[in-house]
Amino acid sequence: MSGDRRVLIILPAWNEEDGLPSVLREIQEQLPYVDTLVVDDGSADSTAAVAKAAGSAVAQLPFNLGVGGAMRLGYRYAQQHGYDVAIQVDADGQHDPAYIPALLERLATGEADLVIGARFAGDGNYKVGGPRKWAMKLLSVVLSRITKTKLTDTTSGFRACNRPLIEFFARWYPVEYLGDTIESMVGAARSGFTVRQVPVSMRARTTGTPSASPFRAMVYLSRAGLVLLLAMIRRMPKELKEFAPGSRYYAAFTQRAAERRRRELTKA
Amino acid sequence: MQLSILTSITGLLVLGYILELLRRQQLREKYAAIWLAIGLLVAPLGFVPDLLDSTARRLGVASGASLVLFAGFVLILLVSLHLSWETSRLEAETRTLAEDVALIRAHLVQQGNYPMADRAADASAADATEAQVNS
Repeated sequence: MSGDRRVLIILPAWNEEDGLPSVLREIQEQLPYVDTLVVDDGSADSTAAVAKAAGSAVAQLPFNLGVGGAMRLGYRYAQQHGYDVAIQVDADGQHDPAYIPALLERLATGEADLVIGARFAGDGNYKVGGPRKWAMKLLSVVLSRITKTKLTDTTSGFRACNRPLIEFFARWYPVEYLGDTIESMVGAARSGFTVRQVPVSMRARTTGTPSASPFRAMVYLSRAGLVLLLAMIRRMPKELKEFAPGSRYYAAFTQRAAERRRRELTKA
Repeated sequence: MQLSILTSITGLLVLGYILELLRRQQLREKYAAIWLAIGLLVAPLGFVPDLLDSTARRLGVASGASLVLFAGFVLILLVSLHLSWETSRLEAETRTLAEDVALIRAHLVQQGNYPMADRAADASAADATEAQVNS
């Protein structure tokens, strides 16, 4: 399925010692060919020890940085260790690893650099209501325009990306609120990377509670709007162009990927 | 009491405090320079508050005191903005440092010679000891 690509699953975890072992076991059973990295985002419990005992690599931050901070660490690890694909999965068990082959397949065809596992794309029955739904609707409309593709679940933390984007995210990954989902996507799209989505169904979270009051949803809407506005007008660091589509690095990557795919097809 | 006595004493005290912080190396030069310049500029005004009256009138401000108040407010605003900017920069640096620490630690753990504390195991060991003591 993954061919000779080296795949890393990054699980940002903050106080997840209860759910983490079963999530890791599920991944290891279903996808024996991938490596996992648990990014312990300054947990107060024994998240890191539990992850190590379950046979995963662990990177332990000395203090809490938030999901965006944990993710740049994950991408730096993937970049340092030469992984071809990095997949972001929540440590709370919401994301079903059974969909990972679908994400990998979409990347392998070369039609996308970033593949998002989307909840509202037909599969599954995850539902939200009220102002939070409007906020998500607005985000989908605007982000679909920016990425020039139909996106239905822009805040999904279930995503996979290829080597050029690993290089890109290892150098640039926003740490602030919604930076791990919205701003990182806008940054990648503005730099010329292709974003696509794959329908997935989401499971009920095993730990933690979702935020749902109308007031909190309004706050969410305005913060999301601000993040979106900033993401649109922010100047991207120039050195990132080195890895974006159109660069020599990216051209070489596309060529290698095409050759690999041809080899796999003749083998099959 | 005359206003000029109050303002001149305050001006001198602030200037003295900045110099003292600098002397004890509690203030980095890059910040101290700004404060020192401000102190030197403001201290004489404490003695002669009317010094700026003519400039103020030319700018359309009623009195020198109002002009100093306005300029002071703008200045404080700029200084806080500068501090926010410095904090943002420091946070970005701290973030990179934290990532580096985590990457090095992960590498050492994989090499197999970095101790990793298991708080849950420690806690259960402590429980066991406690049970022993109690029995």
